[in-house]
Amino acid sequence: MADDKDVLRDVWFGRIPTCFTLNQDEVTEREAEPYYLLLPRVSYLTLVTDKVKKHFLKVMKAEDVEEMWFEYEGTPLKWHYPIGVLFDLHASNTVLPWSITVHFKNFPDRDLLHCPSSSIVEAHFMSSIKEADALKHKSQVVNDMQKKDHKQLWMGLQNDKFDQFWAMNRKLMEYSTEDGGFRYIPFRIYQTMSDRPFIQKLFRPVSPDGNVHTLGDLLKEMDPTALPNDGEPKRYQVVIHGIEPLLETPLQWLSEHLSHPDNFLHICIIPTPTD
Amino acid sequence: MPVSLLWAVDVYGRVYSLSTAGQQWEQCHDTQMEFKRVTAAQQCCWGIACDNNIYLNVHASDLPIRYQEETYENQRWNPVDGFSERLLPSDRWQWSDVTGLQHQPMDSFQLPSHSWEWEGDWYADENFEGEPTEKGGWSYAIDFPATYTKDKKWNSCVRRRRWLRYRRYKAMDTWAKIPSQQSSLPDPFSDISCGGWEINEEPRGRLSLWAVSLQGKVWFREGIYHHNPEGCLWEEVPLPGEVVQISCGPGDLVWAVLWEGQLIVREGVGRDCPKGTSWTVVDSPSPGVGAIHVAVGNNVVWALTKDNKVWFRRGVNSHNPCGSGWLNMVGQMIMVNVGLNDQVFAISCEDRAVYFRQGVTSSELSGKTWKAITVPRDRDRSHSSASTNSLQSAGCYFCGEVRTQSVVSDVESDTDKVSTDGASCLVTFTSPESFADAPADLSDQPDETPKPRIPKVTSDSFISELVSDRGPGRAAAGSAAPAVLEEETCISAEGEVKDPCAGVALSPSQSGGPLDPQWSNVDLEEAQAQTGAVLDTAETSSLSSVATYTLAIEDQYVVDEHPLWAWVSGGGCSVDSHSQLSWFNCSLNTSSLIQSVQSMSLSVTPAQTAAWRKQIFEQLSERTKREIDNFRHFEQAIEQSVWVKKGTMQWWRDWKPHKWIDVHFALEQFSGPEGNKDGILFIYYNFCEEKKYLHAFVNEVTILVPVLSDSKHTFAIYTPERTKQRWPIRLAAATELEMHDWLALLSMSCCDSRGIHGPPSKQAIWSITCKGDIFVSEPSPSLEAMPYPTPCDQMFWRQVGGHLRMVECNSVGIVWGIGYDHTAWVYTGGYGGGFFQGLASSTDNIYTQSDVKSVYIYENQRWNPVTGYTNRGLPTDRYMWSDASGLQECSKTNTKPPSPQWTWVSDWAIDYSVSGGTDREGWQYAADFPASYHGYKTMKDFVRRRRWARKCKLTTTGPWQEIPPIPLSDVTILPCGAQSNVDAVPLWAISNKGDVLCRLGVTTLTPAGSSWLHVGTDQPFKSISIGAASQVWAIAKDGSAFYRGSVSSQSPAGDSWYHIPSPSKQKLKQVSVGRTSLYAVDENGNLWYRQGQTPRYPQGSSWEHISNNVRKVSVGPLDQVWIIADKVQGSHSLSCGTVCHRLGVQPMEPKGQSWDYGIGGGWDHITVRGNSIEPPRVHLCPQTDPSVSRSPLPVRNTEFDSNAVES
Repeated sequence: MADDKDVLRDVWFGRIPTCFTLNQDEVTEREAEPYYLLLPRVSYLTLVTDKVKKHFLKVMKAEDVEEMWFEYEGTPLKWHYPIGVLFDLHASNTVLPWSITVHFKNFPDRDLLHCPSSSIVEAHFMSSIKEADALKHKSQVVNDMQKKDHKQLWMGLQNDKFDQFWAMNRKLMEYSTEDGGFRYIPFRIYQTMSDRPFIQKLFRPVSPDGNVHTLGDLLKEMDPTALPNDGEPKRYQVVIHGIEPLLETPLQWLSEHLSHPDNFLHICIIPTPTD
Repeated sequence: MPVSLLWAVDVYGRVYSLSTAGQQWEQCHDTQMEFKRVTAAQQCCWGIACDNNIYLNVHASDLPIRYQEETYENQRWNPVDGFSERLLPSDRWQWSDVTGLQHQPMDSFQLPSHSWEWEGDWYADENFEGEPTEKGGWSYAIDFPATYTKDKKWNSCVRRRRWLRYRRYKAMDTWAKIPSQQSSLPDPFSDISCGGWEINEEPRGRLSLWAVSLQGKVWFREGIYHHNPEGCLWEEVPLPGEVVQISCGPGDLVWAVLWEGQLIVREGVGRDCPKGTSWTVVDSPSPGVGAIHVAVGNNVVWALTKDNKVWFRRGVNSHNPCGSGWLNMVGQMIMVNVGLNDQVFAISCEDRAVYFRQGVTSSELSGKTWKAITVPRDRDRSHSSASTNSLQSAGCYFCGEVRTQSVVSDVESDTDKVSTDGASCLVTFTSPESFADAPADLSDQPDETPKPRIPKVTSDSFISELVSDRGPGRAAAGSAAPAVLEEETCISAEGEVKDPCAGVALSPSQSGGPLDPQWSNVDLEEAQAQTGAVLDTAETSSLSSVATYTLAIEDQYVVDEHPLWAWVSGGGCSVDSHSQLSWFNCSLNTSSLIQSVQSMSLSVTPAQTAAWRKQIFEQLSERTKREIDNFRHFEQAIEQSVWVKKGTMQWWRDWKPHKWIDVHFALEQFSGPEGNKDGILFIYYNFCEEKKYLHAFVNEVTILVPVLSDSKHTFAIYTPERTKQRWPIRLAAATELEMHDWLALLSMSCCDSRGIHGPPSKQAIWSITCKGDIFVSEPSPSLEAMPYPTPCDQMFWRQVGGHLRMVECNSVGIVWGIGYDHTAWVYTGGYGGGFFQGLASSTDNIYTQSDVKSVYIYENQRWNPVTGYTNRGLPTDRYMWSDASGLQECSKTNTKPPSPQWTWVSDWAIDYSVSGGTDREGWQYAADFPASYHGYKTMKDFVRRRRWARKCKLTTTGPWQEIPPIPLSDVTILPCGAQSNVDAVPLWAISNKGDVLCRLGVTTLTPAGSSWLHVGTDQPFKSISIGAASQVWAIAKDGSAFYRGSVSSQSPAGDSWYHIPSPSKQKLKQVSVGRTSLYAVDENGNLWYRQGQTPRYPQGSSWEHISNNVRKVSVGPLDQVWIIADKVQGSHSLSCGTVCHRLGVQPMEPKGQSWDYGIGGGWDHITVRGNSIEPPRVHLCPQTDPSVSRSPLPVRNTEFDSNAVES
């Protein structure tokens, strides 16, 4: 019998095989070979692409290099979304490896945030964790942690140390049995067909009359269009970490096991492929 | 924690029990009699009913109480008739006991009481001293009395044979009257107390039962033990005054209260004299106010004075049963009772609630505070007796064979009777069948139970029961019911408010005073029935009919919202200050009730089997296949850096003189070439002022073993090389916590480097060290390969939390274990526990586990002509207090528990159960140390010794759940192929008393099964094993083997035993059956293979010797043979208790050729019965290597024989 711990491990060690190719408009001294990499689903693009940068810089002149950014089929990729979310949102149901185009010019300021160093990623990551804990425990757990504990969470993510990260993250996932779950579930729902970046509202894991809320309950409240209607073919896929959990999955369990390291449950709603 | 019961009686005389796992009082439904008092032991409960008779309620168990009656048939030879029943006038009787002195014809055997039944008819015992005899079971001799042999000789003039018949105690889980066969039996009993089970373990289940009569006399019940739960007779105990109440503890304490208010203490209670010899008077705690009540435990005495004050006696122990002084405690109580572990229960004067004394520990026997037990009664919560019954059975674990007659069936049978004989139904109802002796009793003594108003009462209670149980429709179905009943039910159906019949039943005189001081059967019956009805209706809206006629009196019974208790007995209730009890702050809510029921089931929780969960697991593994598996050659985005953890430890250095030296210890972890983690251990030490280091690769470490030590926190690290040397790296940490930190980290690092995560597979090989630690190894497919299997010193073992003495498994993932205290445990599917924290341990499926074992020391004495035996030995003698070998000094004060994890739970006590027997003081005699000892003194004996035992307890956690209540000594599970899908998996076990048991309902989803089926044997058994074709073999206590015939899925228990003689002059001790092979180990360490087994003749023909120095054998589903060898020589050291693997085992050569040596020493048990992975088939000529010894002990090691190393 598989254990819930295995889910955490599977989530953490999720990888997306990726092929980075240099944008053809970039000025190069010689032709750039594509670069293949296994990207951690739970990490951030700018955190794990030092190798990519190094690889392409070898064929470029220093003066032609500005801030690196990524694009997939015309969509600039937001580095502040977890890699897995970007993939599920834009590229799920496509042939692997995922082909990402690398740019060193014409940074799309309107679409992307600048990311000059990994400390920006750290600040973004830690603020997400704090926000999530504010929802889950009124910030009590994260405020009780010491500076070095925060560092341990970050270093765990940065160095892909599952044990190191979870030794600390465990505390963020605790709740008293009386409550039956977190205060609110930190979640974000992403839709490709929407103008809004994502949906984030207050939602409790347990209903006032004591019933456990499920993924279906959440969607019914947040985005009813994502739910299949009776008798109709399914129009949307609800994807978390590249899988489609059943709608009756308890939300609290999902939050504990399928949240990203930033402690948010990132849910992607994408159209069902038509083929 | 085993589930046990707290018993209580309320002021109406109703008997209730509260399970330690439960959250409500369950009423004893099979009794229609009211009780005054109850006194409980773990196996039974005694009570005085309102008819002043004593009743016994023996708790049902899957193990029946069977008593073997025997008688001998004697015959003499004469030339005319041959052997005939015509004996000489000087001879014994034709039917006699074994000595011939007692005349015992078959028809002289009577059942002792109505509670017994015969199991079958008489039959002749065909076995004689462990050997099958010729026809008829006769044994022959020259004359009576003489030595008998099984062979008839020319001079055999007499012969005899033994006839056997079993009787069985049938009155389980019901109140059965103790027959008062003595006419001398006096005035009625007024108080009763049982205890004394810790004084003497022989005969098994012995109890002391003390009773007080109304005239103030004290009686002692003789002859109560397991096979005779009722005892045989009452014996009066002389007294210095008139006694009102008595209390007997689990040990040797017996106190009683005199009319005048003093207390008396029984002196001289002991192993040989459970009744004691004399009384000593102790004054009342309070000078002006006499004592009224006393309660004793193991080492405590609590008393109440007439002003309801509570007193605690200081300084009480078995050497000083009188204690030293009184302490006044808080609280006002009307009665107090001491249960197991000196835990205290009391009934408060003010609200009549049962209170539990919190914080009672062996160091603080007086406890801290009183806490009220606030759980509701079953009637408060639930109206359906059927459901309470099922709850009760769940709570008591009396699954399967619950003997309790359910109320539903009572009602049904009663309905029939009611319909036939109208008004006389009252008798039928007050005495349903399950109440064994009541009918006779009522008719015997009609004067004692006047029943003028019975018709009303009975119909009333009957209807309320009926309605609440079955609903109106069902009741109406009994169409021929008498008028009263019909009226009731009609009205029920229509829901009318007015009911003439009920109006009569509830005349003011009856409903007025529930607290009638006179204990009369009928009055109480009434009160009970009415109260029950009211409570039923007060909370239900669906049963409108009952509500209608009770509305009028509802408020009179509001007072009953919390029960009023009269008596409580904790003698069977196993709690201590650490027990997790849900008895307090319990609300009337059904969800918690459901929870409590769920928590008792061993099967998987719904969340774990839910579809959504399965879906996530499946999709995640699909995702891995889709996104990762084909791209493993891609570079990882994040390079793994080196991570180092350092510390200081002590190291048992490799060279002589061996000693502990301080070292620096470091673990470097990094990512291996394939992305898996790896690491290196470094041990930095100084040698001759020079810094040096020793290292080991984490991926070469085969096992990390915590080592038993009372002074240091040590563990050993093995690699294949070090296993060959029998010389591990031994390290000691400064504290236990530090050691556990390192072990958890190292263990995780080792698992990471080998890519092992999560729970062990179904094929896993389980083993146990002599310390009780559990290890598991994943077998590689080539482990059983021919001709080049994986050497077994390369097997990687990881630890699983928990503490066991043995473990058995099979290849569908069913794993059972048995603790040192014989508790049975089932594996829950988790991993980790113990010192594994966080990620190394599963979240679900980890439970608290405890184990108890005894530590033994020896008291040695030498005889001298002047003073006799003294503790002054010769200068050359061993220590006067020593271990078994005499080499180590072990006094009572300096002997510590085996390791800091263990704590003492008892005091030192003389151990009489030593092989060879002892005298009355536990001494064994011998001519000199060391020698063979015997249990009696002869002229040649100059030394003597006796063994002292002290129990210690360990509490840990692990993926194990207890299977109460029967303690086991051996267990075996059918080994099946990995793919086979058997519904119910055959599982057999031996109880610690030698009973053979067959577990029903064992499946992969419910590995704990549901209930035991007892399989009768003529003697106790000690080992059992079942093979893949359901062939069951067992070893009896006398060392011979038995084969069980006709075991199949239709007949899981088979039909009969076939006796198989043991190898000549050897007593077998353990057996293991694989697919077809059968191996057995004898008491001298020889390993035997059973020759000549065929499907048509599964018993086989003869034993073939395979090896010596074998401690245990495990034969797997591939017929692979693994043993624990006693002694194996390595290049650096010798190891005892080593895992060895038989090489060269093939279908045509099941005996194999040689041994391969694996992990050890210090191993105690292994099971390979889960490993059904067929090895890759390679066809090569069988390799024969004459140089490999047949025995685990190569010849050159015989020098070690004399000083067997205790591992």
